Amino acid sequence: MAQTVERVSLARENPIGPGHGLGSVTDKITDIILRRPIGLGWVLGLLTALGLLGALHLAIGYLLYRGTGIWGVNIPVGWGFAIVNFVWWIGIGHAGTLISAILCLLRQPWRNSINRFAEAMTIFAVMCAGLFPLLHTGRPWLAYWMFPLPNSMGVWPQFRSPLIWDVFAVSTYATISIVFWFVGLIPDLATLRDTAKNPVIRGLFGALAMGWTGSARHWKRYESAYLLLAGLSTPLVLSVHTVVSFDFAVGIVPGWHTTIFPPYFVAGAIYSGFAMVLVLAIPIRAAYGVSDFITEKHLDFAAKVMLATGLIVGYGYLMEFFTALYGGAQYDRFLVWNRLHGPYQLAYIGLLMTNIVIPQVLWIKKIRLQPIFLFLISCVVLVGMWLERFIIVVVSLSRDFVTSSWGSYVPTIWDWMTYAGTLGLFFTLMFLFVRVLPMINMAEMKTLVPEAEVHHA
Amino acid sequence: MSAPVYGILAEFDSPHEVISAAKRAYAEGYRKLDAYSPFPVHGLSEAIGFHKDNVSLAVLIGGIIGGLSGYGLQYWVNIFAYPINIAGRPPNSWPAFIIITFELTVLFAGLTAAIGMLAMNGLPKPYNPLFNSDRFERASRDKFFLCIESEDPKYDASGTRAFMESLQPASVSEVPY
Repeated sequence: MAQTVERVSLARENPIGPGHGLGSVTDKITDIILRRPIGLGWVLGLLTALGLLGALHLAIGYLLYRGTGIWGVNIPVGWGFAIVNFVWWIGIGHAGTLISAILCLLRQPWRNSINRFAEAMTIFAVMCAGLFPLLHTGRPWLAYWMFPLPNSMGVWPQFRSPLIWDVFAVSTYATISIVFWFVGLIPDLATLRDTAKNPVIRGLFGALAMGWTGSARHWKRYESAYLLLAGLSTPLVLSVHTVVSFDFAVGIVPGWHTTIFPPYFVAGAIYSGFAMVLVLAIPIRAAYGVSDFITEKHLDFAAKVMLATGLIVGYGYLMEFFTALYGGAQYDRFLVWNRLHGPYQLAYIGLLMTNIVIPQVLWIKKIRLQPIFLFLISCVVLVGMWLERFIIVVVSLSRDFVTSSWGSYVPTIWDWMTYAGTLGLFFTLMFLFVRVLPMINMAEMKTLVPEAEVHHA
Repeated sequence: MSAPVYGILAEFDSPHEVISAAKRAYAEGYRKLDAYSPFPVHGLSEAIGFHKDNVSLAVLIGGIIGGLSGYGLQYWVNIFAYPINIAGRPPNSWPAFIIITFELTVLFAGLTAAIGMLAMNGLPKPYNPLFNSDRFERASRDKFFLCIESEDPKYDASGTRAFMESLQPASVSEVPY
């Protein structure tokens, strides 16, 4: 009796469509890379993304030629789009690490089908994020000055500055994300090596798989290493967005100098990251017929995570109001008034609508199970989280303590082109990724099929 | 006939079959043996007598070295190389140094986990005699293998083969070098 109950609950929990075996999981995922013809939709998508990537090249080229003056940044708003987009992109990346590391530690088997492309999303998002501060320095060819390298000037970085903490946090995050992703790929690269018929493709995957055989000794060390990487990535991902929030919170500008920033930033990061996971997962499962692996349950769970983190973000907004009113600092009170009635009023009302009001429809189960609605709501959340960073950066900087130093900020065409261009970079990499590497972790999916269960006699 | 042989490879259809076969082979006295599976099978490495890996120890050491070098770097820069007064903070302002210390701990530990795992596994290893077997391709797909290597002191070509066949595998084959 107890056994029956256990089996029933396992079937309910098992996040993989019925009827799959070890062979069918392998075939379905390797077919996408090795046998599936190139589709028109994929070509059009890639061409669009490549077009935007071209715009990025143009924007960066002109920036290097003329300097950061082509952007809308000036005193008092010296940060502008560069920092808005940096925080937005890096926040998107965090959902990938949450799925691959934190859900791994929490033993959530439903993560197995979405962790691979979520990790790819992390790496590509961090690449886009990294571009912005690099370009914002004005002289990106001197960016190595931020690293502690011996130099003839005898000058060293200022380790008490959150901006230097950020350099270390983001570069560690990028490195560990790539390592974690690659370690996860090794067994699947071996599967591709053994499945591919074309000798060149076989050789390429073979070189990348480094001679992986699936030996029991290797698996044991592999699992230890994977678990440790998950354990290391968990505090790392929390630290990265905490450090990003320190860039603001350590400053004394009204609206930045608050202790709520680290948790509020981390929640916002995961909120926008899950929105991006859904924006990618919904078309992928439709286009590649992998809805047996990325099931409605996955969409439902991701929507619930979005709802929960969105409420934390909402709590953050409420606390900003409360602190301003209860704390009694006139500059903080003015900031709240300025957000509601100042020149960026529309952006703030848009933020409240897109980040707090509209996503509340996710309480309704029917909507969570409708991929189209979920896709649209995720897009709305991505816009909302972008507006949040815009409000934090621009509204606070444009009107701080002294009225005579107030100013305004209007992004130029080059700002918009750079931003759209990073979307092009991101989606170009994503389009290429889904066709050249297994977007679903085969080895982990295999642990979920019924054949994989070990019966203890 | 006496071409050099890497070992005898038996193929199984399910994880519990390969676990019980591995246990029997270990009980029989074979020590130079390994099992292969397309995904991690719990209990398989224990069945071939491999209980403890040293990855976590390496990661601990890597992490400690990372943490010490992270703090050490900042201490050395601020005390010796480039002492500079920032808003009256003491040269060794340790609370401000925690974050980079933490990041370098994670960086070193994470790199040690990945590189250490590969090094202990002997990877990259471009040539492996097992790839000579035409059945072995399925070890990364849907089959489970047990290999008793010819280096095992108890190995003898006919006896080991007979033993392997007594385990009722789906197939048995010799793996040439």
